[in-house]
Amino acid sequence: MSYRSDTTLWILQRASAAVLALCVSVHLFTIVYAVRGGLSAAEILARTRGNNAWLAFYSLFVLAVAVHAPIGLRAIAIEWLGWRGRSRDVCAFLFAAALAWMGMRAILAVFL
Amino acid sequence: MSKYYALFHRLSGIALALFLPAHFWALGQGLEMDAFLAWTEQPLVKAAEWGIVVLLAAHLGGGLRVLAIEFLDWHEWQKSLAAVAAALMLAAGLAFALAL
Repeated sequence: MSYRSDTTLWILQRASAAVLALCVSVHLFTIVYAVRGGLSAAEILARTRGNNAWLAFYSLFVLAVAVHAPIGLRAIAIEWLGWRGRSRDVCAFLFAAALAWMGMRAILAVFL
Repeated sequence: MSKYYALFHRLSGIALALFLPAHFWALGQGLEMDAFLAWTEQPLVKAAEWGIVVLLAAHLGGGLRVLAIEFLDWHEWQKSLAAVAAALMLAAGLAFALAL
């Protein structure tokens, strides 16, 4: 990866962090609200099914985290493990793809 | 103090990255989720849930600190920001513990 790509990743990391700051704040309140009295599939689905505003919110959340987490892990792989070269970037990309896929699959299961 | 925050921010980030695939898998079960939710009733799992919520709040606090240091001319405010990060972590942890 060139310096230019590293700069792009740094910007993506910070931009996704700004989105996530909002998403995580909302999500923390949602967690505390949702776990009162325990969780059940029926209760969760009653709240989520057909709720397009939350569908849009959590889609943005998943995409932001799929950008954010792999870039952070990549930086740690470089600094702590000294892992360089193409294999590291391929792994980071695969992790991003897996997060986006699993996250969107979870959203579809809960909202549709 | 600052280097401990940086280290904690990394460790909480790694923990959250490891947790996410499991979280997404569980939600992907849809109506079958109840079997998984029954499993999460165990005290140790509940404690781990509490831990991951606190780590999420801590990573949020630490991330806001990083963004403020990098994008705002607030270097001398680092200590206050660190305090805010700790307060956020504690508040979310306590709120979640009360809600359980």
